[in-house]
Amino acid sequence: MKRIQFLMLVIVGALVASFGLKSDSGGYKVGDTATDFKLKNIDDKMVSLADYKKAKGFILIFTCNHCPYSVAYEDRIIELDKKYKEKGFPVIAINPNNPEKQPQDSFEAMKVRAKEKGFTFPYLFDDGQKIYPQYGATRTPHVFLLNKENGKLVVSYIGAIDDNYKDASQAKSKYVEDAVDALLKGKKPATTETKAIGCTIKA
Amino acid sequence: MRNLTYIGSFLVLFLSCKPENTFERTPIEIISENNISIEVYDFENFKPFLNVNDDTVYVINFWATWCKPCVEELPAFIKLDEKYKDKKVKVLLVSLDFPTKIKEQLIPFIKLKKLKLEVIVLDDPDQNSWIPQVSEEWSGAIPATLIYTKNKREFYEQSFTFESLEQAVLSIKK
Repeated sequence: MKRIQFLMLVIVGALVASFGLKSDSGGYKVGDTATDFKLKNIDDKMVSLADYKKAKGFILIFTCNHCPYSVAYEDRIIELDKKYKEKGFPVIAINPNNPEKQPQDSFEAMKVRAKEKGFTFPYLFDDGQKIYPQYGATRTPHVFLLNKENGKLVVSYIGAIDDNYKDASQAKSKYVEDAVDALLKGKKPATTETKAIGCTIKA
Repeated sequence: MRNLTYIGSFLVLFLSCKPENTFERTPIEIISENNISIEVYDFENFKPFLNVNDDTVYVINFWATWCKPCVEELPAFIKLDEKYKDKKVKVLLVSLDFPTKIKEQLIPFIKLKKLKLEVIVLDDPDQNSWIPQVSEEWSGAIPATLIYTKNKREFYEQSFTFESLEQAVLSIKK
């Protein structure tokens, strides 16, 4: 009888644990090690983070063409790349959407948008929508700041670019800039996670 | 005379409130076009909508005209409203359309779809401070729906069919 009770406990424990794991498998948390990928850029070349030997880290942004929040941040994403590429933190943009669900986010449309806006950074296509679930991106735009530590890519910040989607000049907290500045000084970012409204990723 | 104006404007405010409202509405702006008026709220003034303490079930859906899955699930909310509006269920559509797009997109959308559900706009750029106040579970993606009644609330960051929405409402109603 005792044995059965013990078994039950084990089963309940396993269930609770698996449930816990399930909610955790929603992607990376700050402090986790991110995996590299190989995705097609708008110039038809494949891009991996490992290609960037000199980078100190990456401002990885899941974004897309169609989402008004992504569009609202396009200029700021370009500015981030211009400001931090030289300092070792280039922007890598990834479109996670399935073009069958959202035709404006097709690979061809990405090329057009990147040209129109003059993107200075790679704009990669998550073909098959395989990478964004690993990271746990839920919306566009969604930033994952990666910092190289002992050869590993450590997730150092997850969230929004700043606290005012409407007007960059009115933003009181520039979360990504503050976080990259901290990393460049060898410090941990003060704010490591923020939330923002965004467009659901269409898989 | 001035007093009369005060009383008058107070009366107008009072009468314009719908009977199911148990709080005074304080939109920061009202935008009108084509006989449709949309109240715009910042989060502070929107908060009372999330905390009505009575036995009505409030279904608060966060959406936007540009959000495809949101528009796709609207019929479920319309059907829910038709079936339950006399049974203490109140549906409120909270649009996150940009305020500059209210006249250009939101109002034409309401007109085109002949949308009868109430729509208000939530406009508060400091999203990181208010998203967790709606629900700690919310990542910020839409569609998202809060269903609550006195002493009970559930949050859903997902799309609904009519069946799953009705199920969610009935589970709160119990």
